[in-house]
Amino acid sequence: MVKVWQKPESLTDKVLHYCPGCTHGIIHKITAEVMDELGIREETIGVAPVGCSVLAYNYFNCDMQQAAHGRAPAVATGIKRVHPDKPVFTYQGDGDLASIGAAEIVHAAARGEKITTVFVNNAIYGMTGGQMAPTSLEKQVTTTSPYGRDLDHAGHPIKVSEMLSTLPGAVYIERVSVHDVPHILKAKKAIKKAFEYQLEGKGFTLVEVLSTCPTNWGIDPVESLDWLKDNMLPYYPLGNFRSPEKEGK
Amino acid sequence: MGKTLMKGNEAIGEAAIQAGCRYFFGYPITPQNEIPAYLARRLPKEDGVFLQAESEVSAINMVYGAAGAGARVMTSSSSPGISLKTEGISYIAGAQLPCVIVNIVRGGPGLGGIQPAQSDYFQAVKGGGHGDYRVVVLAPSTVQELVDLTMDAFEIADYYRNPVMILGDGILGQMMEPVEFKPLNKRDSKEKTWATTGMKDREQNVINSLHMDPEGLENHNLDLQEKYAEITDKEAKSESYKTEDADIVIAAYGTTSRICRTAIDQLREEGIKVGMIRPITLWPFPADAFEEVVDSASKFLTVEMSLGQMVEDVKLAIDGRKPVEFYGRTGGMIPSVEEVKEKVKELVGGEK
Ligand SMILES: Cc1ncc(C[n+]2csc(CCOP(=O)(O)OP(=O)(O)O)c2C)c(N)n1
Ligand code: SF4
Repeated sequence: MVKVWQKPESLTDKVLHYCPGCTHGIIHKITAEVMDELGIREETIGVAPVGCSVLAYNYFNCDMQQAAHGRAPAVATGIKRVHPDKPVFTYQGDGDLASIGAAEIVHAAARGEKITTVFVNNAIYGMTGGQMAPTSLEKQVTTTSPYGRDLDHAGHPIKVSEMLSTLPGAVYIERVSVHDVPHILKAKKAIKKAFEYQLEGKGFTLVEVLSTCPTNWGIDPVESLDWLKDNMLPYYPLGNFRSPEKEGK
Repeated sequence: MGKTLMKGNEAIGEAAIQAGCRYFFGYPITPQNEIPAYLARRLPKEDGVFLQAESEVSAINMVYGAAGAGARVMTSSSSPGISLKTEGISYIAGAQLPCVIVNIVRGGPGLGGIQPAQSDYFQAVKGGGHGDYRVVVLAPSTVQELVDLTMDAFEIADYYRNPVMILGDGILGQMMEPVEFKPLNKRDSKEKTWATTGMKDREQNVINSLHMDPEGLENHNLDLQEKYAEITDKEAKSESYKTEDADIVIAAYGTTSRICRTAIDQLREEGIKVGMIRPITLWPFPADAFEEVVDSASKFLTVEMSLGQMVEDVKLAIDGRKPVEFYGRTGGMIPSVEEVKEKVKELVGGEK
C-alpha cells in the first residue's frame, strides 16, 4: 500500500480538543508540517497563548512554554535572547494578540524580535464563549455585542497585519486563510517562509490566518467557511504586507 | 578582593553579574534606575543581554521565558512596577521557575511618591498575585547585604525553583557604602533538565502553570506547599541585637533596623533594656527568633516605614503571649531615632 498522507512528526498523538469544524486543527497541522519539512522540530521552542489553543503544548511535539494571556511575544523574547540560534514561535488568537497583548506584539515587532508568530484571527473570543474581539466585524453579533458591533460605540476592528507592517522591525507579514484547500496550501507556504526568514535571522515574522469558530459564530462548520469568505475576506484582504525582498533586506 | 565604595543600586547590579546572571529585563522607575543603567553598561561586556522592555508586564514575562529556557535572570522595579509584575510572578511561581526580582520600595498607594517606604511588605510576603504561592523575600539593611543577599538569591532561586525577591527601599538603593564581593556561596542545585532548550535527544519539555483538572491542580498546590514548608524550615534568617536581657524587643527590618539600632544603643546608655530582632528573610518569617525571647521579654515593638504590615507577622509569632506594639511612618517619611526612643520610653513608662 502506498502511504499518501501521514501525521507530521511535529504533532503528538494527543486528540485535539477543538470543536468540530474549527480550523485551529488545520493551522496546527500545517505549522507542524512546516517544522517537519524544515527539520527544526528538535530545536524549536514554541509558546502557547491563552485562548482555545491554550493546550497547544500538548499537540506540538517540541519544547513549549505556556504564556499568560497576551504575553506570548514577551515570553518568546526571553527565550530567543537566551537561545538566539533556536527557532522560536508563538501561536496566538486575536483576543490574545490584538487586545490584551497588543503592546507585546507591537513591541516584539518593533524590536525586530527574531521570532515567528502564527496569529489565528477568528473574529471572536472562542474559549470564553463568544465575546466581541478587537477583530470582530462591524454589526457582528457576539455575547458582548448582542445588537451587533457598533463602530461608534466599540470602535473599529483592528487590521493587525496592516498595522504591524508599518514597523520596520517586522520583515515578513502575510495574511492567509484556511477556508478551502488552495488557501490552506498558500497558508502553509506563508508559515514556511516566516520560519525560513527567522532562521536567516532577518527579523520579526507574522502570519495572520483567518480561521473559523463555528461554535461561537453559531453556524455549522460548512457555513462557517462561507461566512469567513463572505464577511472576513472583504475586510481582511489576503496577501503579503511586508517581506524582506520588498524591504530590500 | 578589596572593598570598593558603591551605590546600593549599582552594587545589586554587580552582585547579579558576580552570581552568574547574564539576562536582565526591566522598565524604568525611580528609585531603582541605577540597576538597569548599570546592567545596560556591564552585561554586553559579559556576553549577556540587557533589554529594556515596553512595560513591567512585558519585562516579567521576558524573565519567565528566559528562566524557562534555563537562564539565570533578573528584573528590578519599584512599587507600582511590581504591582504590574505580580501577574507574571504568579505564573513564574506556578511554573516553578527560578528568577530574582528586586523591589526598591517607594511610598504608595497608587503613584504615591518616590521616597523610601516599606509599605509593600504585604504585597511581597503575602502574595500580591493570585493563587496559593510564595516568593522568598530577602530584606537587606546595608549595601554589603544588598550584595550578599542578591548573590545568594540566585542560588536559593535555582535550588528551590522559585522566585526570590530582594525587598529594599530608596535609601538603601541610593546610599553609598564600602562593599566587598565574596565568592558565590554555591548550593548543590539540580541540573535544569526541565528547561526548554530544544528537545533533541530527550522527551518534550513543557513550562506551564495550567492544570485544568481540579484534583491535578490541588495536587500541584500541595506539592508547592511541601516545597514552601521545606523553605520555611531551612531558610528563615534573622539577626538578634542585644536581646539576651531585653525587656522590650523591637522588630524592624531593612533601613528601619539601622535607625532602631542607634535608638537601642542610646536607650541602653540610659539604662533601658531594649534589643532587636531583625528579620533578614521576611518570607519565610523567622518566627523561631521570637520564640527564643517571648518568655524573657515583657513587650514587643514593631517599627516600620508603613502603617503596620510586618506587625501582623510579629503578632502571629508571639501568638498573644505578650503585647505587640507598633510605631510607623509612611509615605516616604522616615522614623527618627528620637521618635523610636520616645515610643520605647512610653512603653517602659506604661508598665510602671
Ligand atoms: C488576564 C486574563 N484575562 C482574561 C482571561 C480569559 N480569557 C481566556 S481565553 C480569552 C479569549 C481568547 O480569545 P482568542 O485569543 O481570540 O482565542 P480563541 O479562543 O478565539 O482561539 C479570554 C478573554 C484570561 N485567561 N486571563
Ligand atoms: S470555541 Fe471556536 S475557536 Fe474555540 S475550538 Fe471551538 S470553534 Fe474553535
